Amino acid sequence: MSLREQRRALLDELARTRVIILDGAMGTMIQRHKLTEKDFRGTRFVDHEIDLQGNNDLLTITRPDVIKGIHRQYLEAGADIIETNTFNSTTISQAEYKLEHLAYELNFEGARLAREAADEVAEETGSPRFVAGAIGPTSRTASISPDVNNPGYRNVTFDELREAYREAARGLIEGGSDILIVETIFDTLNAKAGLFGVQELFDELGVELPIMISGTITDLSGRTLSGQTTEAFWNSVKHVKPFSIGLNCAFGADQMRPYVAELSRVADTLVSAYPNAGLPNEFGQYDEEPETTGGHLHNWGKDGLVNIVGGCCGTTPGHIRAIAERVHGLSPREIPVRDKKLRLSGLEAFEAQA
Amino acid sequence: MSEQTASFINIGERTNVTGSARFKKLILNGDFDAALQVARQQVESGAQVIDINMDEAMLDSEAAMVRFLNLLAAEPDISRVPVMIDSSKWSVIEAGLKCVQGKSIVNSISLKEGEEIFLEHARKILRYGAAVVVMAFDEQGQADIANRKVEICERSYKLLTDVVGFPPEDIIFDPNIFAIATGIEEHNNYAIEFIEGTRRIRQLLPYAHVSGGVSNVSFSFRGNEPLRAAIHSVFLYHAIRAGMDMGIVNAGALTPYDDIPANLRELVEDVVLNRRPDATDRLLEAADQFKAGAAKDTVDLSWREKPVRERISHALVHGITEFIDEDTEEARKLSPRPLDVIEGPLMDGMNVVGDLFGAGKMFLPQVVKSARVMKKAVGYLLPFIEEEKLNSGEEQQAKGKILMATVKGDVHDIGKNIVGVVLQCNNYDVVDLGVMVPAAKILETAKTEKCDVIGLSGLITPSLDEMVYVASEMQRLGMDLPLLIGGATTSRVHTAVKIDPSYKNAVVYVPDASRAVGVVGNLLSETAREGYAADVKREYREMREKHGRSKRTGPRQTLAGARANKAKLDWASYQPPKPSFLGVRAFDDYDLAELAERIDWTPFFQSWELAGKFPAILDDAVVGEAARPLYADAQAMLKKLIAEKRLKARGAIGFWPANAIGDDIAIYSDEARKEQVAVNHTLRQQMLRDNGRPNFALSDYIAPKETGVADYLGGFAVNAGIGVDEIVAEFKAQKDDYNAILVSALADRLAEAFAERLHERVRTEFWGYAQDEHLSNDDLIAEKYRGIRPAPGYPACPDHTEKTTLFRLLDAESNAGLELTESMAMYPGAAVSGFYFSHPDAAYFGVGRIERDQVEDYAVRKGMEVREVERWLAPNLNYDPSEVASENAA
Repeated sequence: MSLREQRRALLDELARTRVIILDGAMGTMIQRHKLTEKDFRGTRFVDHEIDLQGNNDLLTITRPDVIKGIHRQYLEAGADIIETNTFNSTTISQAEYKLEHLAYELNFEGARLAREAADEVAEETGSPRFVAGAIGPTSRTASISPDVNNPGYRNVTFDELREAYREAARGLIEGGSDILIVETIFDTLNAKAGLFGVQELFDELGVELPIMISGTITDLSGRTLSGQTTEAFWNSVKHVKPFSIGLNCAFGADQMRPYVAELSRVADTLVSAYPNAGLPNEFGQYDEEPETTGGHLHNWGKDGLVNIVGGCCGTTPGHIRAIAERVHGLSPREIPVRDKKLRLSGLEAFEAQA
Repeated sequence: MSEQTASFINIGERTNVTGSARFKKLILNGDFDAALQVARQQVESGAQVIDINMDEAMLDSEAAMVRFLNLLAAEPDISRVPVMIDSSKWSVIEAGLKCVQGKSIVNSISLKEGEEIFLEHARKILRYGAAVVVMAFDEQGQADIANRKVEICERSYKLLTDVVGFPPEDIIFDPNIFAIATGIEEHNNYAIEFIEGTRRIRQLLPYAHVSGGVSNVSFSFRGNEPLRAAIHSVFLYHAIRAGMDMGIVNAGALTPYDDIPANLRELVEDVVLNRRPDATDRLLEAADQFKAGAAKDTVDLSWREKPVRERISHALVHGITEFIDEDTEEARKLSPRPLDVIEGPLMDGMNVVGDLFGAGKMFLPQVVKSARVMKKAVGYLLPFIEEEKLNSGEEQQAKGKILMATVKGDVHDIGKNIVGVVLQCNNYDVVDLGVMVPAAKILETAKTEKCDVIGLSGLITPSLDEMVYVASEMQRLGMDLPLLIGGATTSRVHTAVKIDPSYKNAVVYVPDASRAVGVVGNLLSETAREGYAADVKREYREMREKHGRSKRTGPRQTLAGARANKAKLDWASYQPPKPSFLGVRAFDDYDLAELAERIDWTPFFQSWELAGKFPAILDDAVVGEAARPLYADAQAMLKKLIAEKRLKARGAIGFWPANAIGDDIAIYSDEARKEQVAVNHTLRQQMLRDNGRPNFALSDYIAPKETGVADYLGGFAVNAGIGVDEIVAEFKAQKDDYNAILVSALADRLAEAFAERLHERVRTEFWGYAQDEHLSNDDLIAEKYRGIRPAPGYPACPDHTEKTTLFRLLDAESNAGLELTESMAMYPGAAVSGFYFSHPDAAYFGVGRIERDQVEDYAVRKGMEVREVERWLAPNLNYDPSEVASENAA
């Protein structure tokens, strides 16, 4: 059994026995370090033509100490899986900093750094830790026109997205990720294109990593930004046979629950959920206390809705510790067996009767 | 139909350039908006998936597929359903797959070019995340007999499931529906082969589905749509029983199997099931008698046998209230929540109605009847919903809330009520503030009721100013709601030139009820509204610019020149007839039966948006079917109104000594013409004449004072609206908008008939100058009589304010129960008033555009400010008062 196969077996074993803990927000933790433009540039990008502050993914290269430190804090708080610091490391997103040529390197280094931290803590604690290579949604939408007067226009194509995801995934896999996580999906077509690219890459490399897919419901009517209901979203991506399907961001646990429950009902795979620390206050800050978040997720676990939980915007190692403590001892959600039926989707789900 | 058909998946076929000539034309012309409308209609009429095909030699099919799918993504009411990407070209399919975020169906792949390509395409489809249609086609060709169909499908299934890992439930077989009754003997068994093949495929290949293009089967009967519908229905009946569980069909046009007349059904069944060698000949012989129009008119209650969902749909489409309570109760018992009945069977039925209306297959009276059925059903459910709401605290969500009002000073509301009903049919909440609603109340209600759109209606010209005022108030208050403009006096040009510039947000003119739903849908669509509003703004701006260039209708005659060209009647040899009495005579409670006989029905049908002359309209091929029951209902309602004496007609006529002084008519109380009691101010045409025709004013028909000839002027005001409000309110309380609108429309017609009847009696009796006149109703309508009865506010005397003079002379308030609003509308609205002229040469004319010289002259004569005259006569000005004002200031 290869090392990769061994780790996969451990991951599957973990999923069978308990609720898996994912880490929390990277951005919130980076902010605490009050880094300056100088930190972002490091020595390598001193002469870069545009400002780099805010390009958090670049810190993997310029301040690896900070990023690895955050990874360690989450692992020590009880995270089984940590996400690489690569949310914006696609060519499309890095183009905004004129660093698109760094996409592969950022993903490779991001995975390597997380791997280091995970392996150290696994060694120290004796419990296996996993690295999920993260790919964000990019700043563009394949099924929505940015120009209201020209609804047929698109500023990104399926093939561009496919290529960008494929490149990011290559770095993540070669840098040592155990899992790929396609997250914060607000336009399902972006994700479908990305997943297409990832599968092509699997063929090319002759490896296949478990894929986590996580969408974002952006409004209280329960739809993604591109208009799909939760079930329609699942129908659109289930052909990938993902390791897990879930939701993250936009909502606190309170608002997210009905949609997690819906996914839990329809998805015949693991369900993940990592909400924000409540809704932002009037200063744009998240102030839900770790105990509150932990309490919500405890209930989800108790009600059999989830297999993997963690935190998104505003969450800290304190939140992850609280979540880990509160879901400890709860059984993971049982994966439902669903009838074989033709299930399609537009914005809404369609299920054939027979 | 049956339980088996309930699970049948309808795939809309109209968005297919190879199958629909109309859609092909739209796409070739680049009219993607209208093409989207085709898609929308299919979804609205029940298509659960829409098939999209751009395979046309004249077209860049890939580009057309991408463009259409991208546009579709911006229309949530269409893109809510999955699409079927249909092409014989793989490149087109792949381009389409890259545009859809949902899980779609690819139509189709096959073994035609061998296993390698089949497998490659199947793998890609799986990776793109779509289901697939597989045609029964292999290297040898297309399968025509059952054995071959089964053999190819089985081979395809094994390759897909075993080699590719394709989920079997995502496989849909199309075992080829071929045309039958082509005259070629081998074709006769094609339907049987399909049905038999389907049966075996469903048994042999678990979870896979069977679909097909149904209209192929009847291809030989092109042109005979009713017969084709019957063939499709019979074919599906048997194919569905054999296991066909989806089909590409015209979702709105399926005839229920049980609705096919038994004799036709048998003939069709013989052909479909190939039951006798002469089946085709027998059907061809009979084919003609089943062409459109041969349908007969009998009360058929067989629909009562169907499942409750279909009974509800039938009742809605046919406007039958008789059984709706019991059907609704039955549906309620079958549903977890009472609201499910509304959102399920009732809305489904109304969607069918909406689609038929949109497609011009149903007409307003029928739609309003459908709404009556809907409201009755909703009324039945309300107590249950309230109860549930109390328990759960949930609210029902309408698509939006529309405030409707007839503006201050105006009393007409039939059109507004029709628009309200049509919007309600489409699941909008309507807050109807009624008539004579001040701007402040409209705007305040819009806020407190959280309305999404404001709709204003008006019939008389001063209402146009009031609408501009409402718009400017909305602007001042920083409101952002879209504003709809409608009503007889409004126009696209007026909306563009006057109202639109007053309000920076959306202002849209709605010409009739059938447009209202589309306009509101666009204005409230989250994705489409900004683009739509911007388009309308642009269109109106262009219209304003064009209007600015063309608004003057050419040079006018000066007022002096026009007066010199007045109509010169020969007063020297003419003796005006003297009325049988002078002063006023009132008619209290006029006999309605006498008026009912004299109704001019053509405008009645117009008010229901049915075009055509009465009585030919009753046999009209297009609208006759809608017009006949409406006419029958109207006659029954008239009888009821007359018998129950709920409606009352009152009126007054008067005659006074009169002489023309210039363009004015002086009116006296006495034959000696000493005491002048009033002046009727008339306006003169100012167009340039080179054809010898005079520049008319109504005063030309009265003997000038200087001739010394004793002449007379008559006047009338009639009211057939007493009691209408109460009757309408009763019907509305019973949620019966159809009868409410019917009563209002009939009252309007009775008022017109009253005016016509009194005029007739004036000519033959009270003024008596045409005692031997014998005219038929048609001749009366065609105005083949001596003398005219022009009404203030109409073309011959466009100034509405002349009504005040007329009303004072007649004491119309106490003699006819009529009041004038501040905009000079008569209340109740079912009223007519005007002047009588008796001269044999008197004829109707239009004053048309007038110049500022006449306006200034007229203002002096009337004792009004020029600006005020300009306001009342705004539509008649041949100049822009604001420009004149600024020129003067400069």
